[in-house]
Amino acid sequence: MSNQPSTLFDKVWDSHVVRKIEDGPDVFFIDRHFIHEVTSPVAFLGLESRGIKVMSPEHTFATADHNTPTINQHLPVKDPLSANQLKALEQNSAKYGISHWGLGNPKNGIVHVVGPENGITLPGMTIVCGDSHTSTHGAFGAIAFGIGTSEVEMVLSSQCIMQPKPLKMRINVNGTLGKAVTPKDVALYIISKLTTAGATGYFVEYAGDVFEKMSMEGRMTVCNMSIEMGARGGMVAPDETTFAYINGRDQAPKGEAWDKALAYWKTLKTDEDAVFDMEYNFDASDIEPMITYGTNPGMGIGISKLIPKAADLKGGATTYEKSLKYMGFSEEDKMIGKKVDYVFIGSCTNGRIEDFRAFASIIKGRKKADHVTAWVVPGSHIVEQQIKEEGILDILTEAGFTLRQPGCSACLAMNDDKIPAGKYAVSTSNRNFEGRQGPGSRTLLASPLMAAAAAVTGFVTDPRELM
Amino acid sequence: MAYDKFTVLKSSAVPLPIENVDTDQIIPARFLKATKREGFGDNLFRDWRYNNDESPKQDFILNNPLYSGKILVAGTNFGSGSSREHAAWAIYDYGFRCVVSSFFADIFKGNALNIGILPVQVSPAFLEKIFKAIEADPKTELEVSLPDQTITILAKGDRESFKINGYKKHNMLNGFDDIDYLQAMKNDIASFAAEKEI
Repeated sequence: MSNQPSTLFDKVWDSHVVRKIEDGPDVFFIDRHFIHEVTSPVAFLGLESRGIKVMSPEHTFATADHNTPTINQHLPVKDPLSANQLKALEQNSAKYGISHWGLGNPKNGIVHVVGPENGITLPGMTIVCGDSHTSTHGAFGAIAFGIGTSEVEMVLSSQCIMQPKPLKMRINVNGTLGKAVTPKDVALYIISKLTTAGATGYFVEYAGDVFEKMSMEGRMTVCNMSIEMGARGGMVAPDETTFAYINGRDQAPKGEAWDKALAYWKTLKTDEDAVFDMEYNFDASDIEPMITYGTNPGMGIGISKLIPKAADLKGGATTYEKSLKYMGFSEEDKMIGKKVDYVFIGSCTNGRIEDFRAFASIIKGRKKADHVTAWVVPGSHIVEQQIKEEGILDILTEAGFTLRQPGCSACLAMNDDKIPAGKYAVSTSNRNFEGRQGPGSRTLLASPLMAAAAAVTGFVTDPRELM
Repeated sequence: MAYDKFTVLKSSAVPLPIENVDTDQIIPARFLKATKREGFGDNLFRDWRYNNDESPKQDFILNNPLYSGKILVAGTNFGSGSSREHAAWAIYDYGFRCVVSSFFADIFKGNALNIGILPVQVSPAFLEKIFKAIEADPKTELEVSLPDQTITILAKGDRESFKINGYKKHNMLNGFDDIDYLQAMKNDIASFAAEKEI
């Protein structure tokens, strides 16, 4: 090993390179592979046609989440195509000896929620899944990123993928976050500054006291959104917060293995003089509660601001105008006071217990606005259980909300949870693309606090006014 | 799955001068429910291409008979968002073999290369030239040469080079895929795994 100062990313990446191909990608070893029903079936077909087995079924984990219903999960899935995908996942898992948390399994939930909460996601690991929000797991100091189905087949067959090493970016946020400014707001703020392509080609390390003070749930929210600025993934150096979260979880190392792991995890940090290809610094006090007004996650503003004018932005005026037209908004509109039809809290971005605590803190003692349809969807059965145990379910019920069952739900609307055409949804998910939450749907991305404020008032509302 | 070799492609092109085309536009999530790689081209750009009643939207470029070809030319930051390889499958299944843009999202670029679609990244100025040339004559032909790593607007002779790493270039020229390569080094991987004791 050289004595050159290196970054957290370098340390994890370099220790997983099986072979460097000259003028080509690295053959990159994968420690943990998550699979789900939508992006795995064709990969299994590929294995079959080549007559290859799964190389490391004990490091492959299947959960059903993308197309699953969020009510009546005990009944057969009505949509035959979804049912077929779920059956394929179950059969492929059984055939190759992969652990499978299907519908009804108490461990079932969104892949990026159940991995960490069961202690499968650990610092220093390389983790992939056929889902771009795999970046979530970077919160533990892992290199985690989304892959395509051809790559799913590569990992199933050889526990490796072919990957050129990305460039390195560090994003520092220092200072103290203001009232009602959550990790989601930090993420939306950074993306609004960098744009959706600003970190393409890079792997991000989040540093600074804002992330040091942040909970694991919050770090997961931030790392989750890394892909929305084009980065393959983002990571936070593991620390006492990380170790405390992992300790005692189902599949986390125990006893001697824990001590050994902990000693290694403590080495996982960026050396003082290490160099990044790109570095950004932001001041926490500049960040307000955020909301998006357009059709990509970079189109976000502080809640008190006005929608920017196309002329004030770099390039792309035609695309910008197309976007505002789709949303039914105009340049220099205020976001506060816009009518909201739907509220969605959940997803791999904001479907963890901390998010429901935040949501409950605002709706407590208030009522859901009559004209708002709200979908409250936990990220997993474990989160659902916590919601019940902590009394949050009672708060929800009293305020006129019902709790649904876990899954990706309206984040990508593959199941029945679709926002109707033309309707506005304040959503704690990650993408506001045209039609993302249903054909013609209009999405305003925001934090659980902003979602709660919209749910009880029926309009886009500054959550600080209700706290 | 091995794919067709790619050497030199000479074709007219379909222009899509929209920026940040995300993979949800290329193929919406509700069309990802197949368990086989078949028929995704029917739903390429579904919600831009069809009305709710399934009738074609006349103003969308794929519904305009003036434009056709095996090359899709799109605005900057093409393929952002979801990692769904179905987006690349839909483009391939529709009949495109090459996508030209001034910038590609990472995962899309990787997915495209893995299934035999060549992503060609050109300068913003050259992209503009291509759009202008197609606007002036929808039958404008482009020539994409992988061996030379060049793209040419044939009528005018305007040409630009593009980058691709040597490994991927070799794969595309020969129709090889990564799984063949990885299978051939399985022993090395197994010893690496044993040492790591994951």
